[in-house]
Amino acid sequence: MTKAVLRLNGIERSFAALKVTDCLSLDVLEGETHAIIGPNGAGKTTLIHQISGALAPDAGRIHFDGRDVTDLPMPARAHLGLARTFQKTHVLPSFTVLENVALAVQARAGSSFRFWRAAAAEAQLNAAAMAALATVGISQRAPIRAGALSHGEKRLLEVAIALAQAPKLLLLDEPMAGAGAQETHRLVETLGGLKGRYTIVLVEHDMQAVFALADRVSVLVEGRIIATGTPQAVRDDAAVRAAYLGDAA
Amino acid sequence: MLASVRIAGLAAAQWQALAFEERLATGLFLPLALLPVAAQVLGGYLLVIGERAMILGIAALSLQFLIGVAGLISFGHAAFLGIGAYAAGILASHGYGTLALALPAAILSCALFALLTGSIAVRTRGVYFIMITLAFGQMAFFVATSLAPYGGDDGLTWPSRTLAFGTRVLKTETVFYYVALASLGGVYVLMGRLVGSRFGRVLRGLTDNERRMEAIGFAPYPYRLAAYVMAGATCGLAGFLLGNEVEFVSPAYMHWQRSGELILMVLLGGSGTRYGPIVGAIVYLLLEESLARFTEHWKVILGPLLVVLVLFGRGGIAGIVERWRLGELSLVTLWAASTTAARTQRERVMRGLRRAEAMGAGVLDRTIPRAKASAAAFAARWRQCTMSVGEAVVSLVLSVERSISTAIARWRRR
Repeated sequence: MTKAVLRLNGIERSFAALKVTDCLSLDVLEGETHAIIGPNGAGKTTLIHQISGALAPDAGRIHFDGRDVTDLPMPARAHLGLARTFQKTHVLPSFTVLENVALAVQARAGSSFRFWRAAAAEAQLNAAAMAALATVGISQRAPIRAGALSHGEKRLLEVAIALAQAPKLLLLDEPMAGAGAQETHRLVETLGGLKGRYTIVLVEHDMQAVFALADRVSVLVEGRIIATGTPQAVRDDAAVRAAYLGDAA
Repeated sequence: MLASVRIAGLAAAQWQALAFEERLATGLFLPLALLPVAAQVLGGYLLVIGERAMILGIAALSLQFLIGVAGLISFGHAAFLGIGAYAAGILASHGYGTLALALPAAILSCALFALLTGSIAVRTRGVYFIMITLAFGQMAFFVATSLAPYGGDDGLTWPSRTLAFGTRVLKTETVFYYVALASLGGVYVLMGRLVGSRFGRVLRGLTDNERRMEAIGFAPYPYRLAAYVMAGATCGLAGFLLGNEVEFVSPAYMHWQRSGELILMVLLGGSGTRYGPIVGAIVYLLLEESLARFTEHWKVILGPLLVVLVLFGRGGIAGIVERWRLGELSLVTLWAASTTAARTQRERVMRGLRRAEAMGAGVLDRTIPRAKASAAAFAARWRQCTMSVGEAVVSLVLSVERSISTAIARWRRR
């Protein structure tokens, strides 16, 4: 049996009286692309925040790579190999594209308490960064300021940054959000290239993208997972159709 | 004759070969290095102004590292000037005023104070950081006023300047001048390396987008604390030199007005560059000096002048230089830029206020998590806003306070 890279065990999170994550359990298996879908307000982003460490759950445990990471903050989880992208783009706008990625390499390549040598000239950081940029296909943009990139390119850059962390799990929070048709196509193609090489948790609204990429799909409604299975099985699930896809689907 | 032409030609060729950064450094340090020669002709007071400008330049440079690189606006930085000077002065008053003791004592006591106060202050951001550093600065000020054995309010007169290698060589003004220049040069080079290093890159990244940095594995706290300690220790060197220059230290070194002056020097010169704060310190002192000659009410002119410079000269003097280099600078663009800057600032505040209103009206209608989320978004935006508004407020409050206190002082004397 394949081992679970990420194991959520009955996690709960409330905002005042509203339970946004309600006793949620989920296993993400090594090598799979696991999509999490759900209507607006289902608690997808809250869930992602708890997995990445931006929010702490009120109850339940989170195991990552065989370790209990429930009480670890985001930077510590990043060091364990949990890389994430954000629903709203978070890059370093005044840094070059290359430096954005090189910093992610730097985070796992020795101490950053080095005070003298020019970091921008560290060949081995830059080489690893260029490799990540090449994977997502924006290496020709390396010397440009990240703030000057188009929206779609910024999304690709976020993926490149996550790849440069040498992740054991890629947590992609709506990578297609706000992207145009052409950009979406490019993103789906890029993510398709990563499928199988990385364990991926994909939160996404774009159903076409989800069904094209995911090995398994979990459907989140009102903080609970109501179904998990192959895209086809989930599509045919009566409860899912009622709660989420509607009659038209 | 021919030889001098050739030398001039060589110098011109050298100049051409330099990068912009290096030209700036040359243009800054060469005149400073030649100032003692000019002082021979024009009078020794030039030397004293030069020393003071360079020493405050070191302090401003260390503050620029906090403001411009680490994104921490410290309003208590003058405390380190005072602590450095007191550490050396107290040692001197007990007969231990030697370089080997006094200099490390000045730097280490500042590093220790920075470590203690920073471990609390660095946990906060924006206005909270400004207020907490201000509080720690004033705390140091009041501790100094209560140091009865070391002069208390009146300050402590040093028995002499620090002894270097058993000699009184620092007593010679030219020697002391070049020691200050070498210190400034050293700090300048050090800061340059620091900003470009792995450590500096992490600091800049944290200033640029903290969330992103956390997601790739950088916890902000240790880096910011280390930056705070480094800046404090560097300012301790400035304090050591400042105390030596006048052979005196008083609590006034640590007063919040002095901290405000340091912030002004950084903003005036430009917080984004290394040469900015040095130029800022020089210009500030020259303005003070020349206005004081022109009228005794010089503070009334200096205050508003600085406010205008800081508010409308985007990026300070360094910003103006940068725009001139990029060919963006003409009177028209300058005017346009200043008005847009003011407009965007106003719009940001208005947007924040509108959001607050909308939130207040709609809070009951919405589900609690959505209100919470938008409150968090608003708080984040507000924090951004107040960072830059904070800078403006600091300068405004300062100049107004100074103008008023000057006016009151004059009025009382009558």
